[in-house]
Order: sequence, then C-alpha cells, then structure tokens
Amino acid sequence: MGDLIRRSAADLADALAAGETTSVELTRVHLDRIAEVDGAVHAFLHIDTEGALAQAAASDARRAAGQLASPLDGVPIAVKDVLATDGLPTTCGSKILEGWIPPYDAEVVARLKAAGLPILGKTNMDEFAMGSSTEHSAYGPTHNPWDLDRIPGGSGGGSAAAVASFQAPLAIGTDTGGSIRQPGAVTGTVGVKPTYGGVSRYGLVAMANSLDQAGPVTRTVLDSALLHEVIGGHDAKDSTSIDQPLPALVDAARRGAAGDLTGVRIGVVKELTGEGYQSGVQQRFDEAVQLLVGAGATVVEVSCPNFVHALAAYYLIMPSEASSNLARFDAMRYGLRVLPEGIESPSAEDVMRATRDRGFGDEVKRRIILGTYALSSGYYDAYYGQAQKVRTLISRDFDTAFYSADVLVSPTAPTTAFRIGEKLDDPVAMYLNDIATIPANLAGVPGLSVPAGLADEDGLPVGFQVLAPAMADDRLYRVGAALEALLEKQWGGPLLDRAPTLEVAR
Amino acid sequence: MSDALVPYDEALAAFDPAMGLEVHIELNTVTKMFCGCPTEFGAEPNTQTCPTCLGLPGSMPVVNGKAVESAIRIGLALNCDIASWCRFARKNYFYPDMPKNFQTSQYDEPIAFDGYTDVLVDTADGSEVFRVEIERAHMEEDTGKSLHVGGSTGRIQGADYSLVDYNRAGIPLIEIVTRPIMGAREKAPAVAKAYVAHLRELILGLGVSDVRMEQGSLRCDVNLSLAPIGTGELGTRTETKNVNSLRSVERAARYEISRQAAILGSGGSILQETRHWQEVSGVTLSGREKSDADDYRYFPEPDLVPVAPSEEWVRSLKDTLPEPPRVRRDRLQKEWGFSDLEMRDTIGADALGLVEETIAAGASPQAARKWWLSELARRANEQDVDIASLPITPAQVARIQALIDEGGINDKLARQVFDGVLAGEGTPDEVVAARGLAIVSDEGALSAAVDAAIAANPDVAGKIREGKVAAAGALIGAVMKDMRGQADAGRVRELILEKLA
Repeated sequence: MGDLIRRSAADLADALAAGETTSVELTRVHLDRIAEVDGAVHAFLHIDTEGALAQAAASDARRAAGQLASPLDGVPIAVKDVLATDGLPTTCGSKILEGWIPPYDAEVVARLKAAGLPILGKTNMDEFAMGSSTEHSAYGPTHNPWDLDRIPGGSGGGSAAAVASFQAPLAIGTDTGGSIRQPGAVTGTVGVKPTYGGVSRYGLVAMANSLDQAGPVTRTVLDSALLHEVIGGHDAKDSTSIDQPLPALVDAARRGAAGDLTGVRIGVVKELTGEGYQSGVQQRFDEAVQLLVGAGATVVEVSCPNFVHALAAYYLIMPSEASSNLARFDAMRYGLRVLPEGIESPSAEDVMRATRDRGFGDEVKRRIILGTYALSSGYYDAYYGQAQKVRTLISRDFDTAFYSADVLVSPTAPTTAFRIGEKLDDPVAMYLNDIATIPANLAGVPGLSVPAGLADEDGLPVGFQVLAPAMADDRLYRVGAALEALLEKQWGGPLLDRAPTLEVAR
Repeated sequence: MSDALVPYDEALAAFDPAMGLEVHIELNTVTKMFCGCPTEFGAEPNTQTCPTCLGLPGSMPVVNGKAVESAIRIGLALNCDIASWCRFARKNYFYPDMPKNFQTSQYDEPIAFDGYTDVLVDTADGSEVFRVEIERAHMEEDTGKSLHVGGSTGRIQGADYSLVDYNRAGIPLIEIVTRPIMGAREKAPAVAKAYVAHLRELILGLGVSDVRMEQGSLRCDVNLSLAPIGTGELGTRTETKNVNSLRSVERAARYEISRQAAILGSGGSILQETRHWQEVSGVTLSGREKSDADDYRYFPEPDLVPVAPSEEWVRSLKDTLPEPPRVRRDRLQKEWGFSDLEMRDTIGADALGLVEETIAAGASPQAARKWWLSELARRANEQDVDIASLPITPAQVARIQALIDEGGINDKLARQVFDGVLAGEGTPDEVVAARGLAIVSDEGALSAAVDAAIAANPDVAGKIREGKVAAAGALIGAVMKDMRGQADAGRVRELILEKLA
C-alpha cells in the first residue's frame, strides 16, 4: 500500500470501490506525505488535518451505506488559497488577508464537499495570483519537486507542486493568464483552464474577473476530466456562468486514451512557436505533433496575427480589473489593520494607507498602479479601451483558426522551470512566461497542458498546450489523453516516474 | 461665520439661475440590488448583510430582476428611451461605508435616457406647466451608512469615532438626473420643489418606492449655478446635499441663489463644491471640494452580464403604466367635485394622495379636504415638517370625521382628537375614550344645564320669549361652557327654544 500516494485519482476511486482502501487511509497517507516533504517543497499554506479526516470518515460512512456522492467520493484534494473556504484561512498568498477566515465556501469548494472529496489544505500561490513563479507569495516560495532550486511556475505553483510531489492526488488551481497550465508544464503535471463561465467563480477571490477561471490540477488527463465534471456547470450565483450542460469530458478522455485521432484537425499556431522558445521545448513539442499525426490526426498551420498583441493587452486589462478588485482591502472590515506610526489619532484614510503599504507586496502594488493609470480619465481610451479592442481581435483570430482546425496546439510555456530568483528583478521577462497561455484567457476559450517530456538541455519537464473553442472542452480531453497515452507508451510509464526522489523528513 | 447674502429679488435682477436636480430613489424591492438580503428599513445594524453586500473577497453580484423592471417603469413614466442593451460600471473611490471601495452603478450606458416630465408649478396667478428634461435614469446600489459619534455636528469633522451600518449597502437605487433647468428665473426654487413633489407622486403611482424623504428613500441633490442675466451661459455650480424635505428643496435653492449672487456680485467666484443643507439654520455649509477632475475610473463591471430588455417586455411594461399625475389630477377633481382653487390648494399643500386615501377610507371629499388643508397643514407648517410625515394616517382622519357624522363628537372636540392622535395617544377612538371627549347625550344632564343657563340669564331668556331667537347664541355658549364643550350645540339650541317657547 506504500504506493497509494503515487496512484491516479481514478485508480484510487477504483481502489475505494474495490474495498482495497478507505478514504480515511487515503487522507492519512497524504497528510503523512505532506508532513514528510512539504518542509522542502512548501506547497501548502494551511493544512486541515482534522477537517480532512472528518470528511474522509463521512465518505467512508457513505460508502458503507451505499450512497456515494460522486465518482471521486473519498479521494482527497488540495485547494489553491485563492478560493474561499468556510472556517479555513484564505490568504491569497498575501499578508493583507493574514488570519482572515471566510464565513462561506466558494462554489467550487462547496461542490468538492458535496462530492465527498476531503480537503487536505490550501496551497501556496503568488500574492493574489500575480506571478508566474510563486515567488511573489508573502509566505515564501514553493519549490519545484524536479529541482528544489527552481520555481514550480505560478501563480498556482503550490497546487502543481503538491500534485507533482504526491502530496495530493488532485488539486484546484485558477488560471487568469496561465496560472494552471504553466505550473503544469514546468512540474510535469496536467492542468486545465476550462471555458470562461464553465466553472463558477463565486468565492474565487478575483484578480481579473473577466479572465479568471478555476480548474483541475492533476497527474493524468482522465483525473482532470473527472474533477472538471465535479466542479463544472452552471451556478446562478455567478452571472457570467454559462447556463448549459458540460460536454461529456470523462467520456472524451477515455475515448482519447484509446489512441485514435482519425479525422481530428490539429492547428499549429504559427505565432506560438519558434523564436523565444527554448530548443528543448520546441523539440518535444514538434515530436508530440508527429505522434498525433501518427494517431490519425491531420496537422495544419494556422496564423493568429493578433496574438502578438496579447501580452500587452493582458497587462492593461488584468491590472485594471485588479486595481479595482483590490480596493476593498482597506482594513475596515477584515484582514490586516496597520496603525500608522507617528500619527496621534489616525483617520480611516491614514489606516487604509498604512495597511495597504504594509499588506501588499511589490508586484501587487505594481499592478495596482498600472491598472489605476490605465483606467484614469484621459488614458482610458488609449489603454483599457484599446486593449479591449485587441481582445476582440484575438477572439476573431481564434474563430478563424477554429474554422480550419478542431484544436490548436503550442508549447505551454516558452521555457522549462527557471531558477528561483532568476527573473525576480525583471518583470517583463517574468511576464513572457505566459505568452502562449494568455490568448486563451483573453478569448475565454479552454486550454489544457499535458507533459510532453523532458528538455534535452536541462532534463526538466516541457508542457504541450491544447486549445479548443468555447464549450468544446471535451476536445482538450480527447487530444490530451491520446497524447498522454502515446507518450507514456514511449516512456514506459508516467513522466513523474523520472522525477528525483524527494528526501523524506522523519 | 455665516455667508453673505443678497436679497432674492436683487439676485435675480442680476443673474439667471440654472439648476440640475439629481434624485435618488430607493426601490422597495424585497431584496437588495445584487444579493438576496432583505431591505426592510430600521432593522438592527448589520443584520441584513451577506458576503456579497459586505464585499467579502470572492463574493459576486447577481442583478435583481425586479429592480431592473422598476427602473424601466420609472424611465417609461418619465418618457425616456429604454436602452436595448446596457451595462453596469464600477465607480471607484475609497470610503469606509462602501464595502468594495467601488460602487456598482451605470456610467455611459444608463437603462433610461432622453426623457421629460411636465410639472405643475404654483405661481402668483394660478399654476403653470413647466417641462423638465430628463437626461438619464440609471440603476445603482446604495452605500452603507456612517454614524459619526462624538463631536457636536454629527459630521465626521470632530467626531471621536465612526460606526458603519451595512444594512443599507446594496439597496437598489435609481438615480434620476435632469438636464440643466434654465429659464425658470424667480420660479426656480418653486420648480425644484414642484419637480420633486411631482416625481414623488409619479413614483408612488408606480408603486416602486415608498419615496419617504425623511427616511431617505427619496434624496435630492440640488446643483445650482448663476450666470449674468441674459447670457444663457452656465456658471460654476455647487451641489447641495442633505436636502430632506420638499420645503428644504425650495429653501436650499433659494438660499444658494442669494449666497452665490453675493459672491459673484462682489467680484468673487464660486467654488465648485459639495454643500450641506442645514435644516434648522436654513443655510448651506461647505462640504467637500469637488471638481470635474474627480476621477472615478469607471469601467464596465466584469462580474455582471449586460442588461438587455426585450422590446416585447418594455412594451408590456409601457402598456401597464398607471395614469400620469396630470391625468390623475383631472380625474380626481372631477370625481370629488373640487373647484380649481380647492384642487390647487390641495396639491400645493402636498395633500392630494392623503386626501385621496382619506376619501377611500370613507370620508366625504369636502371633509377630507377640510381636515388636511386646515387643521393638519397648519400643524405641519408650525412644526416645519412635510404634511405626509405627520404621525396620523388618512384612515384615522376618516375615522375622526365618521365620529363627527355619528354625532359622537363635534368639530371642536375633533381638534382635540387630532391633538391626541398626533401626540401618540392612540387611535381616534382611544383618544376620545382616554380624554373623555364624547358629546354628552344624556338628555337629563343637558336639560338641567339649559335650565341653569336660563335661570342665570333672565334678560336673555326674556328676549327669546319675545321672539328674538338670535339671542339664543348667548345661552348656547353658556351651556357649552358648562358642559366643557362636550354637547351637541344643535340639540342645546333646540332645548332652549322649546323651553322658552
């Protein structure tokens, strides 16, 4: 049973069904694993031992009574600390929310609980999801299990690292410009950003409301599909939620794993390859495309000329929305309250100023300033307004591309994991990590990252991105599962089998 | 330090006033604008809140469909175009009573726009119709309410600390903005008052708000500026807030005309600022300096989808609007048989609805008019409050009249019943009982009192015996005095004439 932690969620669900294990046992082995390795990885900000075990016991009781809540009932999960959890701290990786305990559950969390998944704890992230390395967490960086000196991607580095280091079989991430997919790529795991509106944002502490989307972080494509079906679907509490049933995701993943892609048209996006992409990344990507061709897919090159403006548009829209979203952190109602020094009887405004100065990190302040500027009268049209027009053009590029291709593909991130500290002083270099993932957020289309192998030059994981039209998330799973199956056949097992063994603290 | 003023007539001799009126209407929806919290007035502080109206991290808004319907009906009643597609926008600024530090409002895409409404304004020689153009009516959410504790003024300056009640945060508001009202000249303050009264009547008719100024469910900001007479320009304006009654609307406008004229007349210039109306001293005081450069960084609310009312829906709402105030007035005048003057006085006293409800409760039109316009209007005036806020209901007024009609009390006693009801002593019947105000109908007691009066006034009695019936008045007075007013004067007269026949 020592290998329980390395098994996929689908396998664990089968093991539970077969009576080989219990949810309490599964939860306990993962809590033990967290105790052993998270000192080195730092994937978690908060661990809920008691709560998780209680939920596990309830799951076992349901199973004994023959009343399963979902196919994943009893399989434990980790949740990114940007989702509100009733009774559990929710910090968003920021000092300004230190000690805040929400009085309510995010809809995603409520659905996890209703489906019977014990919540192990809350995972580390860049402060308010602003970053691509998890170095901007106010509680210290998360380390990449493949090389502890390297970043695990971001902002959801905690969720990806937790899954990659077998501390959790499943995790929830959120993706505003790539925060699920890019960490998936650099940690050798699977991450899916669903169609915008496909998963409720209620209780997701917003960075950029028009871009944010929660989604699965797992080790296999099938696990992502299973989790996606648990958390997805319409929610009346989120006005931007799509009132349509989800496509059959698990079926698509199973069908894809059979390996036949006959008739599937794969579009390689010209603007998302070549210059700026590390050679090992490009190499693994090209080979993966050939594997898909071998499985019967046809490949076309598509051009999305406006993608070159995506990063610039993103860095106007996202900070604009964020600057407004973060205004509520003012020390009046919850979270940190700092009394300014040297002021006899400070006004509310003095307290707000001192709290925001102390409570927000530099990257957050940078984006608040950028967004405030972009929305200012006299600049609005030139910045926010213009960026929205670019956004429309990018959506049209997708529409055109999906006319000739069923899915689009690209490397997920231009490089493998870089060293902690390497890009901290160069925000633009950091931002470029998301160059291939951002267009999907701007257009609201779904995207998946699946491991494509290791780059020759550094032996680190490379991610392969699949993009599909809105509400055609099933295509991600079909193509992603096919590629995963073909590659694992070549490798003789999952990519994570090749990750170095972490030293276990005793 | 008080501001210099010039007499009103002098101000108008030199300047043309221009006004812009911004009226906020709190809708009477059961739940808030963007969440399911109740909206009941007067609940314990912070008991009607949830993650959404407290702006907790992660919470999201959902538009109240009933509020959208109310907004459209208000827009239609103001002859506005209704947007076929519009969005909410965030108005960003920091204030402790605003949970998200932005207000979810509408900016350049209001739900209703380009309307007008015709207002009846009292003038020296009758009344005249004045057309007020409506620029827009848009939907937004209310803020919480700050209570500044300590200090003498109740304002934030000088307070020891402040408390915030978020029950009001998220209550649906409709903001109705007029185009600049020009050319009203000396009638400008009267137009302002008549417009607000008219809006109130119109919205009461729609049934979408309680429109009670004293509870803040109708709030009016008066923007006013002066320009040299005849130039047709717009001067620098001030925005006067805290105008909590119809009378204050008129008084505040009048005050600002006199104040601004004094400044401009002495070569000064008007500071663009928010001013606060002081009900007691009848002046406006400087508040926050406000400039056009105030930058609220509006942008479309990304958590909400656009509001796109279908043509059919808007048409059906239009078809089911209640009759407009002017049509209603004409109908009521005909039904009640009021003269033009009686109707004008009733409207002028802001008692049309009260009279209507009193008649509906059983009183005759003339009786209803009499009590509201004489007795109650006088008291409202004395207390300097709106007549509608007097603590008496139309049904109670009708009951008092019914007591008179039944012979239980007379007009004189009725005034004491009004005193009692207004003093909070209970219903009319309770006041009659508690104060012992019923007319003495005991024939024996009455007869004895009449005999006593005859005996005490032999001269008068003699005159009556001689046929000078008019002299009976003196004896009636004596009997009524003896009975402390609690007698039916008609019956007393009958008795006197019988006994002296």
